[in-house]
Amino acid sequence: MSEIDEHGKPVVGRGFRLQWEPAQDAHVLLYPEGMVKLNSSAAAIMSRCDGVRTVADIVADIERSYGVTGLAADVRAFVAMAREKSWLEMKE
Amino acid sequence: MSDLEPPPGPDEAELPLVGEAPLANAARRPGPPLWLLMELTYRCPLHCVFCYNPTEFATSGPELATDDWLRVLREARALGAVQLGLSGGEPLARDDLEVIVAEAHSLGFYTNLITSGVGMTEPRIAALKRAGLDHIQLSFQDSSREMNDFLSSTRTFELKAKVAALIKQYEYPMVLNVVLHRHNLDHVQEILELAERIGAEYVELANTQYYGWAWLNRERLMPSREQLRRAEATLERFRAQPGQKMKIFFVVPDYFERRPKACMNGLGSVFLTVTPDGTALPCHAARMLPGLAFPNVRTESVRSIWYDSEAFNRFRGDDWMKEPCRSCPEKTRDFGGCRCQAYLLTGDPANADPVCDLSPHHHLVTEAVAAADAWESGRNQEGEKGLVFRDHRISIPVVVVGQEARSKRGAGI
Repeated sequence: MSEIDEHGKPVVGRGFRLQWEPAQDAHVLLYPEGMVKLNSSAAAIMSRCDGVRTVADIVADIERSYGVTGLAADVRAFVAMAREKSWLEMKE
Repeated sequence: MSDLEPPPGPDEAELPLVGEAPLANAARRPGPPLWLLMELTYRCPLHCVFCYNPTEFATSGPELATDDWLRVLREARALGAVQLGLSGGEPLARDDLEVIVAEAHSLGFYTNLITSGVGMTEPRIAALKRAGLDHIQLSFQDSSREMNDFLSSTRTFELKAKVAALIKQYEYPMVLNVVLHRHNLDHVQEILELAERIGAEYVELANTQYYGWAWLNRERLMPSREQLRRAEATLERFRAQPGQKMKIFFVVPDYFERRPKACMNGLGSVFLTVTPDGTALPCHAARMLPGLAFPNVRTESVRSIWYDSEAFNRFRGDDWMKEPCRSCPEKTRDFGGCRCQAYLLTGDPANADPVCDLSPHHHLVTEAVAAADAWESGRNQEGEKGLVFRDHRISIPVVVVGQEARSKRGAGI
């Protein structure tokens, strides 16, 4: 699994779409003929992946929103996994 | 369309495996119809021998009007449907496809067009892009022009190659679907090379499932074990190549398995199909099931169809099951397999899918595979009978071309 640069700017991959589904009470990631239902942590990360914020920004934002610290490794691991699956692409 | 399979996909990402679906199959209020398949028309310029459309499709009633489809979209979306398949027949044969896509997109559907490519032009793909179409799945019948054209009984290969270029030009993810059977299973290497050449990102190698026209042609399409083994070895070699980036899905033919597929994740669990005349089905092949009056969207709401109709409730939960399924611990995993296959092979849709080696009818499956093995070794003359091409003019059309098929295969095209 590739290392994630904290200055990289993740964005939802081409052909994928993240949206809130009231019927499932969850964020889902839609892609050609398929769907992944995201848990709340995955959704918290993915919904901040706008191609503008860096991984470091996203970590800081989530830590601030949830009043916790020490999430950097978890976020990087998720981003790396999501990149492997093409859910996320890295800008720059 | 001939090639609509249960959604492809890797492990946990496959739609039927996520969300509430497995629980929804239990005997309680089902979850939403997450997957809506709208078969817009049975009209199709191709005549594929493995098409799953009903063989009597020509007797189907008039097609739904645009407004009917738009209403189906709104009602299904309100229930929580989110993946939309636009199929047929050839959906491009409907000149209101762009209107339907635009409404679906504005409602929040992820829109998938499942097409042979026939009818796609640059103005149309540009309009579909503007309307918000998310994805195009393009089918090829084989890697070579000769086999593509032969198996679909048309001359469409070069047109498809042009459509593939348009799909790339309009920045769609490129998903190529090829239905496999004995006449092209030995071409997996060439098919994958073609996929690479046209820039496919996903390739679905979907072994034929035997419904509709494919059922009629089963004896002439079933591959041998040896062919399957060769194809899988080719696939492994291809995947192992350095720099190989395509995601390749190989849908194993269930006749070669010992446990059935979790077909549709259980009928009435996540899938809702609406056929060209408005008939609602819990699976695109289910119209064949006896004793069920399938509701029609012209006269009933999608909500009442999904939650209240006898046709959608009949095979929910496990009360309908017989032995060996009823007491089987695996029933929560495979739901007894495919109801249509159970019906086609045993005459009773409540029986275990004979693919399961616990089924007392499993020999029907192994005998079909044995016949294919015998064909491979040249002993069985059944394979010489004609393939039946999907055709609207005749309900049981017979075009004797089996000999030609074999000689082409022998030539290694």
